[in-house]
Amino acid sequence: MTAADEVVLEVADLRVEFRTDEGRVRAVRGVSFPLHRGEVLGIVGESGSGKSVTSLAVMGLLPSSARVSGSVRFGGRSGDAELLGASDSELSAVRGRGISMIFQDPMTSLNPVYTVGYQIAEAIRAHQDLTRDAARKRAVELLDAVSIPHPSERVADYPHEFSGGMRQRVVIAIAMANHPEVIIADEPTTALDVTVQAQILEALRTARVQTGAAMLLITHDLGVIAGQADRVLVMYAGRVVEAGTVEEIFYTPRMPYTLGLLGSQPRLDARTLRLHPISGAPPSVTDMPPGCPFAPRCPLAAPVCQAQEPPLAVVGTSGHLSACHFSDRLDGLKPADLFRPVSRDTAP
Amino acid sequence: MRDRELTVAQRSQAQLALRRFRRHRLAVASLVVLLVLVLLAFVGGWLWRYSVADLTSDESVPPSWAHPFGTDAAGHDTFAQVLRGTQISIGISVLVAVFATVVGTVWGAVAGYYGGRLDTVLMRLADLVLTLPLLAVAAVLGHNVGGSWWLIALVIAGLYWAYVARVARGVVLSLREKEFVEAARALGAGDARIIFRHLVPNAFGSIIVNATVLVSIAILLETALSYLGFGVRPPDTSLGLLVSEAQTAVQTRPWLFFFPGLFIILIALTINFIGDGLRDALDPQQVRARR
Amino acid sequence: MTRQPVLSVRNLVKHFPVRGRGLLRRRLGDVHAVCDVSFDLYPHETLGLVGESGCGKTTTARVLLNLQGATAGHVHYQGTELTALPRKAMQRLRRELQIVFQDPYAALDPRLPVNEIIAEPLRIHGLYGPAGRENVRELLALVGLKPEHGNRFPHEFSGGQRQRIGIARALALRPKVLVLDEPVSALDVSIQAGVLNLLADLQAQLGLSYLFVSHDLSVVRHVADRIAVMYLGRIVETGTSDELFSAPAHPYTQALISAIPLPDPRKERARERIILTGDVPNPASPPSGCRFRTRCPLFATRLTTPQRHRCTTETPPLTPPHSSPHHSAACHWSPAASSGLSGVIGDGSPRSARSMRGKGGR
Repeated sequence: MTAADEVVLEVADLRVEFRTDEGRVRAVRGVSFPLHRGEVLGIVGESGSGKSVTSLAVMGLLPSSARVSGSVRFGGRSGDAELLGASDSELSAVRGRGISMIFQDPMTSLNPVYTVGYQIAEAIRAHQDLTRDAARKRAVELLDAVSIPHPSERVADYPHEFSGGMRQRVVIAIAMANHPEVIIADEPTTALDVTVQAQILEALRTARVQTGAAMLLITHDLGVIAGQADRVLVMYAGRVVEAGTVEEIFYTPRMPYTLGLLGSQPRLDARTLRLHPISGAPPSVTDMPPGCPFAPRCPLAAPVCQAQEPPLAVVGTSGHLSACHFSDRLDGLKPADLFRPVSRDTAP
Repeated sequence: MRDRELTVAQRSQAQLALRRFRRHRLAVASLVVLLVLVLLAFVGGWLWRYSVADLTSDESVPPSWAHPFGTDAAGHDTFAQVLRGTQISIGISVLVAVFATVVGTVWGAVAGYYGGRLDTVLMRLADLVLTLPLLAVAAVLGHNVGGSWWLIALVIAGLYWAYVARVARGVVLSLREKEFVEAARALGAGDARIIFRHLVPNAFGSIIVNATVLVSIAILLETALSYLGFGVRPPDTSLGLLVSEAQTAVQTRPWLFFFPGLFIILIALTINFIGDGLRDALDPQQVRARR
Repeated sequence: MTRQPVLSVRNLVKHFPVRGRGLLRRRLGDVHAVCDVSFDLYPHETLGLVGESGCGKTTTARVLLNLQGATAGHVHYQGTELTALPRKAMQRLRRELQIVFQDPYAALDPRLPVNEIIAEPLRIHGLYGPAGRENVRELLALVGLKPEHGNRFPHEFSGGQRQRIGIARALALRPKVLVLDEPVSALDVSIQAGVLNLLADLQAQLGLSYLFVSHDLSVVRHVADRIAVMYLGRIVETGTSDELFSAPAHPYTQALISAIPLPDPRKERARERIILTGDVPNPASPPSGCRFRTRCPLFATRLTTPQRHRCTTETPPLTPPHSSPHHSAACHWSPAASSGLSGVIGDGSPRSARSMRGKGGR
């Protein structure tokens, strides 16, 4: 087994349930995946797919009202550890060192009353034995690595003195400070302008290259996935419905939802006359229909789809999985073959 | 194909709020108790064989079957008096609630919507009213106005509307920038329409909750005023007056003190709890996770 | 072709005063949200107004419809000057100029049932009448909703459906011009597509002209006939959709196009990137001369000192870089700019041109 095949994070049958006034919300319903050393795994899905809840569950950051089951094994420097159900002190040792996380809103990750340099140095000294000066020097290096101009001056500035994009880069600097094995980036660019997004993606690449970390990249933006990910998981209604390399997912998708997602994107490189939307809407989180949750919107739906939820099965190569009873039918199909370019098909 | 989101039965905001209110058990219980008190006061008071002014031959009698709450030194039936007092308290609370809410809402909504100088002027006036020492002013006005309970109610309302105005203004300020308000403007809606058809209805939740707090404060204020002699006067009676007249009898004839006091507490508490329940019911953002 | 524009904006300016905190709240300065913006909207076309946050596109849309007063400039709708119009007259014109908002969750009054929401414009203008109910039902059908949906409340609908309700409301008065302010930005991608198709259908069916404001170039590419790119309150490039994407002339447009990720792994990874460094300047004190110069890759690496001086002192006007009459860019050096710089979308083959980095880049 080469170093590249080594699994650094293994999630098995992860389930997350919330109890609310509206009823039981099954946000994540049995998600499993391996994350290999140095690879970028993209998790893509729309609202309600459960992708963010998955990443929060891995880090143990869900509220106590959440019921989490399954297994999350992290193979760090200090050996294998089961993260689910671990005590807060055990998790604290992992967070920021073995696994670090980048959230969507940089303002919630940065403390407004401390300088940026202090916060980076604090993150370093929480896990490494460095003097204050050494940590500060390292902080300046990190700021430079993420392309913050004049890092030795900016290190003494407060978060509000940075723009949104620069704050996010500070967060990335903190995330890479302790050479983590895994970096989880949850919608890191969603709240940012597109030119700033490009800067952030560059900074993320730097973080990966310098630390050798694997990355879990969660986003709804297919373009970002196309540019960054090695492997992709497509999530829908709390489950993984397709998994494969980035080329398999984009060029030979085998699940109708993936096709629908690709067909509904307007593209910069070609002006199509009509887009091919997926009619209807994602299922209500409290009231999920039996069988395949995508069936109400699927052009291929048949009685078997409503009766039985399709398991995630191998299609094509060994790494390409799809959860569809009719995945063979999709071989070679384009989105336009499956979805009609309608406009008024909102609900039957 | 089915879009399951719309198979849920049609439920308006009001119906959802009702459902949420029903879950607040204390509030529901309080509502029941309050309704019982109201019925007792009005229907019971009307049906009861004694009226407030009746002088019976039983003097200073402790609670018995004939006189459930006993009698006082002059032979007045305490039960009838307490019922009458309750009627007045409820009457006052309704009047204060309606008046203060209507005036305060319009005042605060207009101030919040227009902002600028109008807002400053209106709210400075409201603040001025708020700085007046309530008890003293009410006492002075009550003394001059004298006697009738509804005038007392008006005096109290005339001071309390400012609280409602503040709340209304706050809510309107927060809603003013929302897109549905801008949408109404883009459609050509005039200011009046925006204020009264869009902003105020959406502010109802906060305003009603505030109104219930006001009501319980008003009852206690009336009690205090009457106790001090500036509120309701004989031959009419109020719960505060009853308590005042019974101060000397606490040790010897506790029933004269106890029952009016109990009713005061019950009314104020139940209204407070109902207010709690309303706040939970009308706050649409809350989705509580159950442990 | 001598078409008359249905909407004509000339030298539009909007400043927001920045006030101090003291008792008197002195005016400290101005935020230059919109500076000298001019464009035309022709009948039955879609004009895309594109830019990132803070560029002034949303403010432009609001000022256009007199939802906010203009500081200076003119807006002509079919010959009538809108900016100085008294309230009554503007109210009448509102029937012809409508707007669809970005946030489907905030744009509908949560207390009103959908029927009432759509009926409101009719009621305001006294057009409800005996046929009102039928009218509302037709509007619901027009946007793909059913009559029974009319009795429901906004919170019972999904984002895409709420946006359709907002569109139905905007169409109730049979407007001629529809301003769409980020109409699909808050929606999931698969739902966006349905709403975009709907907008295209409605435009054809009802003969509408659209001003489509968005930060999402992929969406704008799909819907717009012509596009105007804004940066820090000014228009920096205009042109037809094809012209802009095949040969963008302004360095900012090039960077913008370059930054948008393509949902195509091979193409995406083979593209050259133009990465801008630095931040968007403070709109209360924009750079002198060309506002883009602080981040411009040309300024940083390609221009000579006297050329840079011109950028710093002279605001570049919108001038056509090529012979095309409709394609113009606000850059002193744009014919030179468009040659040699990549960033346009290719067919995936490696580019020979250098990738540009801004000042201080790696």
